[in-house]
Amino acid sequence: MTAISATNAGQGSPDTRPRDVSAANAALSIAGVSHAYGARRALIDVSFAVAPASFTALLGLNGAGKTTLFALITRLFGIQAGHIGIFGNDVGRAPGEALRLLGVVFQSRTLDLDLSVTQNLLYHAALHGIARREARLRSDDVLTRIGLADRAGSKVRDLSGGQMRRLEIARALLHRPRLLLLDEATVGLDVKARADILHHVRQLVSEQGIGVLWATHLFDEIAPGDDLVVLHQGRVLGYGPAQNIIAEAGARDINSAFMRLTGAAVEPGGPVP
Amino acid sequence: MSSTTVSRDRTGFSLAQYVTCLNGIVWREALRFVHQRERFVSALVRPLVWLFIFAAGFRQVLGISIIPPYETYILYEVYIAPGLMAMIQLFNGMQSSLSMVYDREMGNMRTLLVSPLPRGYLLFCKLVAGTAVSLLQVYAFLLIAWFWDIAPPPIGYLTVLPSLVLSGLMLGALGMLISSGIKQLENFAGVMNFVIFPMFFASSALYPLWRVQESSPLLYYVCLFNPFTHAVELIRFALYGQVNWISLAVVACCTAAFMIGAIYAYDPSRGLVRRGSAGGET
Repeated sequence: MTAISATNAGQGSPDTRPRDVSAANAALSIAGVSHAYGARRALIDVSFAVAPASFTALLGLNGAGKTTLFALITRLFGIQAGHIGIFGNDVGRAPGEALRLLGVVFQSRTLDLDLSVTQNLLYHAALHGIARREARLRSDDVLTRIGLADRAGSKVRDLSGGQMRRLEIARALLHRPRLLLLDEATVGLDVKARADILHHVRQLVSEQGIGVLWATHLFDEIAPGDDLVVLHQGRVLGYGPAQNIIAEAGARDINSAFMRLTGAAVEPGGPVP
Repeated sequence: MSSTTVSRDRTGFSLAQYVTCLNGIVWREALRFVHQRERFVSALVRPLVWLFIFAAGFRQVLGISIIPPYETYILYEVYIAPGLMAMIQLFNGMQSSLSMVYDREMGNMRTLLVSPLPRGYLLFCKLVAGTAVSLLQVYAFLLIAWFWDIAPPPIGYLTVLPSLVLSGLMLGALGMLISSGIKQLENFAGVMNFVIFPMFFASSALYPLWRVQESSPLLYYVCLFNPFTHAVELIRFALYGQVNWISLAVVACCTAAFMIGAIYAYDPSRGLVRRGSAGGET
């Protein structure tokens, strides 16, 4: 099995080398994936991998193709070209095996606002075939961990934005996945709530060995030691450890490295427009 | 050393896990129904208005001859009761599809669709959940109707159940199929005008088909090909402990066809996330 490399990381970008992740041992492997909406190409020959127990940031402007990629990984869209594997299970051919190892937090909220916190968790557990007694134990456990045990009976619509996000992450972990996808999980949250959620997700990586793919357009959410995938107009322009991408782009930080790779105008220290 | 063997399908899920999933979806649908009291009240009031007002006015002008499954002359209220039971299920099926469109717009649908269980099974569970809710409504209607002297044989309350399940599944599957083609919640008003009303009025719910044939042979054939007509007749016969085999066959075939259509329509290759929507969701 060969290691996956960013097949379209050319276009004048530096030769960023990914960590040694083969499709067989990758938490997530994306190989040659393309997707089009009619004549408009949203993803073009995208390839990269996420190692188990690693934090990989997927950085791109709005419209870069991040959400399309997430829809393909989660099988909301059918795969038109290429292969996506989750711990060696092909999403197209064995979706059940692949999806049971996957937890997802979508960009838009997917909680049922009229149900309580616990009811949302129990519903998710049922969708994964987890028996009610076990589901109750797990939901009590995750609610304690995320500090929402005292809100277990509250309706979701009464929670703050940060609490809802934490609940969505807790829900995504209820069936004990080995790979967690988060699509712009901190959008719309205040600075503290953003920091808390990011810290919590990084703890999941270090303490529970979960592989994380974190889609974002915010530079300050990426640490130098993270793996980084730069997605721009449907193409992977850079893939590898963030510090390598910065160094090989001859830049001083992720902001300027991103600017050099994409040619985008970026506010110093601020989010990608 | 003892060991237990649990039968699992090729996706690695046991029968118990499938049942857990079904229970969870039905439970969630029931919770939503309970939380929406207005929905329950309006689901009951609608047929009762037809029964108490419309039927009371029409009984004087519309005579019902002896037609199967009735063995004697009947009141008009008795005649339209099965049609109103089917109407409850028709509205409930469309309400379920409306809730699927809402779920899709709000993003809740993704929670369901990223479940590792087979997607066809998940849709089937949604269908069963919607049907279960419709049964509650129908029996509540029958209870009130009993006080209005609409009292089929006691065994009829039991023998009608399988027919109600089948017709509920058919109308729910139709709603699901329609929901797959509706892009926005605002478009749902069209369903009222182009699906619910034509299906209801061009059927045997309000008047026997022989009367329709007398006034308009064309409309008679429209009614004959309307699956809702057969849902009504299936219920009507079952309420009196009889089986209308033609209606049973039509309803069963339509259920299968609508369900297959809905599964196809919700296939991932057709795409379920609106492309190019706000918030960078591309």
